[in-house]
Amino acid sequence: MATAAKKTSVKSSAGKSARTRGASARSSLAATGTPAVRTPKPAELTKDEELHAFREMLLIRRFEEKSGQLYGMGHIGGFCHLYIGQEAVVVGMQMSMKEGDQVITGYRDHGHMLATGMDPRGVMAELTGRRSGYSKGKGGSMHMFSKEKNFYGGHGIVGAQVPLGTGLALANRYRGNDFVSLTYFGDGAANQGQVYESFNMASLWQLPIVYIIENNRYAMGTAITRSSAETNLSLRGISFRIPGIQVDGMDVRAVKAAGDLALDWCRSGKGPIILEMKTYRYRGHSMSDPAKYRSRDEVQKMRAEHDPIEQVRQRLLQKKWATEDELKAIDKDVREIVADAADFAQSDPEPDVSELYTDVLL
Amino acid sequence: MPTQILMPALSPTMEEGNLVKWLKKEGDTVSAGEVIAEIETDKATMEVEAVDEGIIGRILVDEGTEGVPVNSPIALLLAEGESSEDLEKAPEPRPAASAQPPADVHAEQRTEEPAAPAAVPKVPVQPLPADPDIPGGTEMVEMTVREALRDAMAEEMRRDPDVFIMGEEVAEYQGAYKVTQGLLQEFGDKRVIDTPITEHGFAGVGIGAAFAGLKPIVEFMTFNFAMQAMDQIVNSAAKTLYMAGGQMGAPIVFRGPNGAAARVAAQHSQDFAAWYGHIPGLKVVMPYTAADAKGLLKAAIRDPNPVIFLENEILYGQSFEVPKLDDFVLPIGKARIHRQGRDATIVSFGIGMTYAVKAAEELAGMGIDVEIVDLRTIRPMDLDTVIESVKKTNRLVTVEEGFPQSSVGDHIASQVMQRIFDYLDAPVITITGKDVPMPYAANLEKLALPSVAEVVEAVKAVTYRA
Repeated sequence: MATAAKKTSVKSSAGKSARTRGASARSSLAATGTPAVRTPKPAELTKDEELHAFREMLLIRRFEEKSGQLYGMGHIGGFCHLYIGQEAVVVGMQMSMKEGDQVITGYRDHGHMLATGMDPRGVMAELTGRRSGYSKGKGGSMHMFSKEKNFYGGHGIVGAQVPLGTGLALANRYRGNDFVSLTYFGDGAANQGQVYESFNMASLWQLPIVYIIENNRYAMGTAITRSSAETNLSLRGISFRIPGIQVDGMDVRAVKAAGDLALDWCRSGKGPIILEMKTYRYRGHSMSDPAKYRSRDEVQKMRAEHDPIEQVRQRLLQKKWATEDELKAIDKDVREIVADAADFAQSDPEPDVSELYTDVLL
Repeated sequence: MPTQILMPALSPTMEEGNLVKWLKKEGDTVSAGEVIAEIETDKATMEVEAVDEGIIGRILVDEGTEGVPVNSPIALLLAEGESSEDLEKAPEPRPAASAQPPADVHAEQRTEEPAAPAAVPKVPVQPLPADPDIPGGTEMVEMTVREALRDAMAEEMRRDPDVFIMGEEVAEYQGAYKVTQGLLQEFGDKRVIDTPITEHGFAGVGIGAAFAGLKPIVEFMTFNFAMQAMDQIVNSAAKTLYMAGGQMGAPIVFRGPNGAAARVAAQHSQDFAAWYGHIPGLKVVMPYTAADAKGLLKAAIRDPNPVIFLENEILYGQSFEVPKLDDFVLPIGKARIHRQGRDATIVSFGIGMTYAVKAAEELAGMGIDVEIVDLRTIRPMDLDTVIESVKKTNRLVTVEEGFPQSSVGDHIASQVMQRIFDYLDAPVITITGKDVPMPYAANLEKLALPSVAEVVEAVKAVTYRA
């Protein structure tokens, strides 16, 4: 620990990057009483796991491309936030979870829903506001739930899901089970006060919760360096004695390893933990994004060099775990699922008018 | 068959836009997700991405074209194995969804007969149960509102292990206003949870636990502090059932003292009945007597919906008769005739009832026989009981401590006017707190609140005895 701090302090004289600032802050962790946790090595995935990750991420990618297309055609209304680029985060975490663990997130939620196993038809039909949507067409892109899959939404107010996810963890502790609440939020939400209110209670009561910060670098159009005094978000728990690690959120193996560590941490009764997933969204914040706050080169560079799906594809080919044709067949299969969902979502009727007054109260 | 690339919409309101620039030309190979063009409106610019892989077969709209309608084809994409000969076979774009007519109606039918907007369905009417009959000979015990509330919580916690209470000072301190006295000793710190001073956070934590199926009682030390939690209460607790299509809701009670206490000034003296009463998805209860406090709090804890339970610090110490029954539960959403009368109706709730009751006594001395309706629940509101009473007396005065604009009384007056205008023999008078932040000085505070004299004057006015 001390050696690492020394090394980084040499670096920091050269340039004060977020990374070196974070590392030097980490060296004083022991003094704060926050347990020190190190970022684990990327997981060694088996062939089946790699193929599973490839398929799951591709399903999200194709689903989101189709959503963008349907939005452009006017079939999806309102706000629509696409998850393209961030697929490794939710797919990697899902690979570490066990049945009964809960998932809750903000409004960039389509990927989380697909990863928890929700039916693409039901999700897409909700996007188009039809009666077979998960919320009967009354929730839309940002407000979808599946009690069956332990998916607790889908929340439209930035950061609101963080206390809610903490409450799910409180329920786990109350019931004495060993389930963990996986509470996702972005770098934008990380500046909301209620996040820290939640951190405090989660640590005070040692609640089983993984706070997954999907740091895609931009809160709408505001770069993290313009919004956050401390850009190493894994350190945001220090005042509450919550350990945190930074994870390469573009590498599903790194996410899986961090997920395994975090879930073990929670299940063994050590309380909350923070995973900062360094990730990137290729598309705009929502569909009406002026795209003026970052360069096209930056986006292209991420796509070309760090694409989460391409990384898995390359490994599968290199290890000869799959041929180009086999991967194409998976893509074709996924496209068919998505096309079917899109067709369904356009032909399913709108909700019956009698639904206007249902589900207000039980 | 070639795929049409359509002019996309950047927002739900966009009808047309400008095609600023093509980044690909005819004959270029593109992969899914690759940026092929830029479009703009006055609001934003957007990159158009290829939805599929293929070859740009034909560009249909040149760059620099303005006013390109949304959903019109701007290019044709050839799939693997297709050639320029296939370009003529492009399909018609599918019509976009709209509220009416449904998307599967053919275009020609649409032009023939534009569908009328669907009629708004009637608000469903829920039958309300009456108060349970109290068996003859039931012993009545004197009890303060504070004791009644504590007993209600203790009884429900004994009955259902999923019920717990959390809030500031509810456990070791025994309650900032002693409402939770003894609960920690009986139920332990797992079920009686002291929270940090963090209203927004613990309101959300409570709601999350309720999503998971527990039945939290969240105590706010006072409802003034619940403004910090308003987003969680309104956006997370009240709306989730609807947004989830009925799959998931929040069986939770938010309770605590509401409204003015004494000499605590503007930030600590606000009545929130009208605020919460505005929100679909909430139930709002505001009892006056100890019996109602007990029976309605038990009902609130059992209710599968989020319930706002508005108490009052001044009422905590007041004693009323409460029936000694093993399980005394009252229906939420049902008003109670507190006093029967012929000449005028006073509708009030919570501490507002204290003015109504005293005014009725004074008015009786003047020969004016007042009927008092204690609303008990603000939402859903039992307007039927109010209307039946006004049909009999033809005169209405409402009394509450909240601010005048958009008050609970305003809503009642409006409904009575709309539903039984012809029964009214005088304009409705709404007595409220004054339209000022609560002053600290004793004399000004008294003036800012309603008074018995104002209620007496109002009843005299509507009965033309002034």
